[in-house]
Amino acid sequence: MTMKQWLLSSFVASTCLFPIGAFAGPIEKYTPVTADRLKNPEPGNWMLYRRTYDGQGYSPLDQINTSNVKDLVPAWTFSTGVVEGHEAPPIVNNGVMFVATPMGQVIALNAKTGEEYWRYKRQLPDDLFQLHPTNRGVGLWQDKLYLATTDDHVVALDAKTGKVLWDTKVQDYKKGQYLTLMPLIVDGKVIVGAAGGEFGVRGYVVAYDANDGKELWRTFTIPGKGEPGNETWSGDDWKTGGGSAWMTGNYDPDTRTIYWGVGNAAPWPGDTHPGDNLYTTSVLALDPDSGKIKTYFQYHQNDSWDWDEVEAPMLVDVQRDGRIFKGLIHPGRNAIFWVLERKPDSIKYVAGWPYVYTDVWKGIEPETGKPIVDPAHKPVMGKRVDFCPSLWGGKDWPSAAYSPKTRFVYVPANENFCGGFTGEKVPLVPGQLWLGTKPEDIGLKVRSGATHFGELQAWDPGTGKKVWSHNFPRSQLFGSVTATAGDLVFVGGTNDRMFRAFHAKTGELLWEQKTNSGIVGMPVAYEVDGTQYIAVQSGWGVDAQRIQDSLVTQNNVGLENNVPQGGVVWVFAVKK
Amino acid sequence: MSSPSDQTRRTIILTALATAVHAAAPRPAAAEEDQPGSDLRPQKADVLVFAEGDHAGEVIKPQDLKVGEPFVRAWPKDPKTSVVRKGSRLNEVVVVKLDPAELDDDTRARSADGIVGYSVICTHAGCPITAWGKAAQGEKDVLKCVCHNSEFDPRQNAQVVFGPAPRRLAALPLAIADGSLTVAGTFVGKVGAQQGG
Repeated sequence: MTMKQWLLSSFVASTCLFPIGAFAGPIEKYTPVTADRLKNPEPGNWMLYRRTYDGQGYSPLDQINTSNVKDLVPAWTFSTGVVEGHEAPPIVNNGVMFVATPMGQVIALNAKTGEEYWRYKRQLPDDLFQLHPTNRGVGLWQDKLYLATTDDHVVALDAKTGKVLWDTKVQDYKKGQYLTLMPLIVDGKVIVGAAGGEFGVRGYVVAYDANDGKELWRTFTIPGKGEPGNETWSGDDWKTGGGSAWMTGNYDPDTRTIYWGVGNAAPWPGDTHPGDNLYTTSVLALDPDSGKIKTYFQYHQNDSWDWDEVEAPMLVDVQRDGRIFKGLIHPGRNAIFWVLERKPDSIKYVAGWPYVYTDVWKGIEPETGKPIVDPAHKPVMGKRVDFCPSLWGGKDWPSAAYSPKTRFVYVPANENFCGGFTGEKVPLVPGQLWLGTKPEDIGLKVRSGATHFGELQAWDPGTGKKVWSHNFPRSQLFGSVTATAGDLVFVGGTNDRMFRAFHAKTGELLWEQKTNSGIVGMPVAYEVDGTQYIAVQSGWGVDAQRIQDSLVTQNNVGLENNVPQGGVVWVFAVKK
Repeated sequence: MSSPSDQTRRTIILTALATAVHAAAPRPAAAEEDQPGSDLRPQKADVLVFAEGDHAGEVIKPQDLKVGEPFVRAWPKDPKTSVVRKGSRLNEVVVVKLDPAELDDDTRARSADGIVGYSVICTHAGCPITAWGKAAQGEKDVLKCVCHNSEFDPRQNAQVVFGPAPRRLAALPLAIADGSLTVAGTFVGKVGAQQGG
């Protein structure tokens, strides 16, 4: 071996076989993740995006409850060393925590002490265009974990050491393809969905073999020629129609059906892509083995508002009108709170109502569930059109939660925001944003007389009534909600850097703690050695920061833009 | 309620996912990008050509730029081989003509008749600079990355004046030679976005 060959092989080994950065592991004890454990996770663990496949965001732990939450104090903290929006839930498997951060980093920590085991840092390309510089978590399977990256790769790491096991390119990041979601793991398949709807892509959901990273199936969210649904597109619009699928799906193991949310149509003005535009702004029911589309429900047709409906609906047994049925609950970005019924071969509309102010919908067709649009508030080419809510919707990607104890749905809503833009024809340039409007024409406005923006809401899906709400007069609410059996609801999401706990039944604010930055991350609950913890990442950025910037510059709102950036993992326990 | 000027400022600064879309010319064919030297950073004595619009590909002359007008996006071009360095988006620059009296010393030293050049790549998340307009906090026109609302003052070496960007844009020293705008040196400062950790 020549010196040159030796140096080359050493370089390859060092870059491919070991995580880059600190290496304090390995983890001595690690519990492999199995299909049964994912279907029935132990109460003390949080191994899926929303803890369970049904997407409810609910923990059965109740050691921390309404009587002692006032004594919640930081147990340990850990700085991630990264700025921008930290949106991932800390994932916990029997005392080991995995934290994903922006810039493609994963940190393995002792969930009890905060000691670092190992850290993986992806070396992102210098020319990467990161529209959404974030990551929403790692998926677990056996003794591996899986990271989806903004340069459009899926990477498998050894859970005990952080060593890279395989690295699969999904698409070309230079064409506007990227990934921010936490992979969904189903029976040894690593399933991710494409981001890039702002770049004129054709969205898809794709599955890889967890062992070797080989592609198993890829299902496009916009049907091609000859496929059912293609007739809802005109000409070649389907080739660039958007329909990205950038949030983790939920899963019904009983029927082996994945429910995956699909985003907006591209470009934004609907008259540039006539038709209903399946399957944009829809939920797809997918077969995890083949990727075949079993059925779907489209939340609104011919999307023109950038209203991604990418958050998968929660699987909830709904008691309504004297019966119990297997429901799908989705507080939509389009301002409608959806109650649907999932059946083997269909998704049936049951009820829907606006949960924030909207001037776009005149009603919903009772048989089909199709919203009836007011054309005065539907963006078109060559004309300024305003609409409520704003393009961030009544609720963006931050997740709602459901408590089977209270049977309430907890929604991180934004009220009193409106938006608008002027549709304009722009050429499609791969890798460049393609919105159908000029940036200077995009607007966010606060409704006249608004008394608040952010609003944590509790809804009873059985009655359609709002049970309680907590208003935030000086902030948007842009963070995911988690409910626990301790009758607590945890949420950050406000620009005062607070992390809060509310009484799940009454909405009473029971506890709050100021953190280093703002929280757009997802709270989780877990248990180690008999002690319950609450964990969340604080790290402001991405869309929460964008909304903040716009509020700062509006004289009638006048907020200060003083939320510092920088990520920290916060872990709380009750002071003994 | 806010005044019309406030509204204008708001909508310019605002928010959402804004873009590079204005009048962007189609990207070059792969074969063009693969030409030797196309991915080299701007070299001394390169000329600058329009990156987009009706004059895309034409050499930029000083008289094409006027004080008070928005920036133009440009590619460096090797005058000897005629290779336009489009092989990497890290090579694209913005050039804008300013009142020389407004420039600080460092900026003036790298300018040519009040014309300054900077990398188009925002140092925050790698989005392109796409807008020219009133600063979020101030009356002067600045370079904007509307992707995440970062703003840079081209009169002061493109220092950050608003938003999440952690550092100034890389500067490209300029000169005027044979009636054309040319590159007088390599980038000053790191081109590209921040990396984590």
